[in-house]
Amino acid sequence: MAKYMLIMRSTDEGQAAYEEMDFAKVIEDMGRYNESMMNAGVLAAGEGLSDASEGAVVDFSSDTPVVTDGPYGETKELFNGFWIVDVASKEEAIEWAKRAPLSGAGTKLEVRRVNGPEDFPQDNEWMQKEEGWREQQAQRAQ
Amino acid sequence: MARAAGAARPVSDVVPDGEGRTGDGAASRRVVEAVWRIESSRIVGALARYTNDFALAEDVASEALAEALVAWPRDGVPRDPTAWLLATGRRRAIDAFRRRSGRDERYAALARDLGEGGVVTGGPGSAPGPADDLLWDPDRIDDDRLALLFVACHPVLSKEARVALTLRVVGGLSSEEIARAFLVPVPTVQARITRAKKTLAAARVPFEVPAAEDRAERLGSVLNVLYLIFSEGSTATAGDDWMRPDLAYEAVRLARVLTRLAPEPETFGLLALLELTAARFPARTSPDGEPVLLERQDRRRWDRSAIRRGRDALAQAVAVGRGLGPYGLQAAIAEQHDVARSVPETDWERIVVLYEALGRVAPSPVVELNRAVAVSMAAGPAAGLDLVDDLVAREVLSGSYLLPSVRGELLARLGRNDEARGELELAARLCGNARERGVLEAKAAAL
Repeated sequence: MAKYMLIMRSTDEGQAAYEEMDFAKVIEDMGRYNESMMNAGVLAAGEGLSDASEGAVVDFSSDTPVVTDGPYGETKELFNGFWIVDVASKEEAIEWAKRAPLSGAGTKLEVRRVNGPEDFPQDNEWMQKEEGWREQQAQRAQ
Repeated sequence: MARAAGAARPVSDVVPDGEGRTGDGAASRRVVEAVWRIESSRIVGALARYTNDFALAEDVASEALAEALVAWPRDGVPRDPTAWLLATGRRRAIDAFRRRSGRDERYAALARDLGEGGVVTGGPGSAPGPADDLLWDPDRIDDDRLALLFVACHPVLSKEARVALTLRVVGGLSSEEIARAFLVPVPTVQARITRAKKTLAAARVPFEVPAAEDRAERLGSVLNVLYLIFSEGSTATAGDDWMRPDLAYEAVRLARVLTRLAPEPETFGLLALLELTAARFPARTSPDGEPVLLERQDRRRWDRSAIRRGRDALAQAVAVGRGLGPYGLQAAIAEQHDVARSVPETDWERIVVLYEALGRVAPSPVVELNRAVAVSMAAGPAAGLDLVDDLVAREVLSGSYLLPSVRGELLARLGRNDEARGELELAARLCGNARERGVLEAKAAAL
């Protein structure tokens, strides 16, 4: 079993087309899709992001970080949200991605494996600190 | 009947694989497996409802899968793989009915019914027609999947058959994968499935969700099968591997599916137990594959999100307000371990109370033995040993390595090393798992 992140990406063109869509229909289609993943026992997490114009970009190209409001001027694609699925293979993650209720030019889902502890050296001091932090977070959530 | 699957399929139906060409065998085989994992229960469920014949549905679904394994590497993956599998399975069902219709008018009528809507005119690779939509009645899919689980776990079947059939039709595992997981030859798994289908047919088990009066008992069988699958994955009873995590995670996935289909308190209790137990897997094995006992586990490696999911599921079981069942109580015990910072900081008094409750709803010598261990942690080894000696006197659990293993442990804590060594050596001789045996031998040698 491995976790994969399905990352929603779209160009300005895809974004414009999305904004034209019937919002109630989008909610319904997404709800149905999420439910199908819950029913299959594979959905681990998922979030959608608010409009990029409400956000900010911190750019590290120069010596000091430069902050810009809204989407960065030269951005070709926007990151709009994600799902994390718990599946047996990359192919299974891709099959789920293909079922997403998305369509149109400039709309994409990127499929990426989420690293687990096995991807890092466990004797590293910072990895151990991170595990400790995860533990505290979980206890706080209790 | 021509079997030229896909040969006449329009090119537009074929999607090139990642390398921009069709026919990469290994890659498209993995796609077939992925689609099957996601859709097997819906495909077999829909076919079983239409044919009202579970065995036939499993046969034709398997044939469709076998055909996909040949056709997709050769022709490319169809644009709608699920519809392809379903159309192929249904076509095979119609073929089967026609073969039998010479003998039986009932099959002839079924073949006519199924043939309506123009399905029989296309090849297996033809685009889904309106009749395929009929097969996917969205209001029935969940009922079909639930019925499938109930039939696969039917009490007329042996436990081994229930496990194999559930993994095959609901989990979407191949016979090869099941054989690998249980360390048995592939033909053994195939024979178990074939025999199970014959048994179901002979007992005339209908393809349906059981009526209300039978439902609790039948659900108990489904929960038990998922628990057995998980147990085999989390502590392999034979062989050199200490665990087979993929099998255990498959059981977790099926338990999540079941909470959606049958949201009963004990379903949530089972899911909670499996999540809270699987959460400790990352710390249960040392880098060289040796088992690491609870007191030595690096608790920072426990899977915090699994603990959270397990606790959420347990809260749902508790929220019903009817008290916890056996799985819920075991989950509550697992929860006490999962939230403790160390063995000494564990709330052992609470665990003793939970074991007492478990002993009332599901009495068993293993529960009593576990209670003895909890008592020894809460009130000292002497108190625990009294309970264990009582089990010995009653001659329960004889032949199991568990009793001498716990007895040896408690004697060692009391400083009675010679007796402890004898018990641990006896436990090692009785233990079937090579890794676990090694741990017992090492403990005996260290005294």
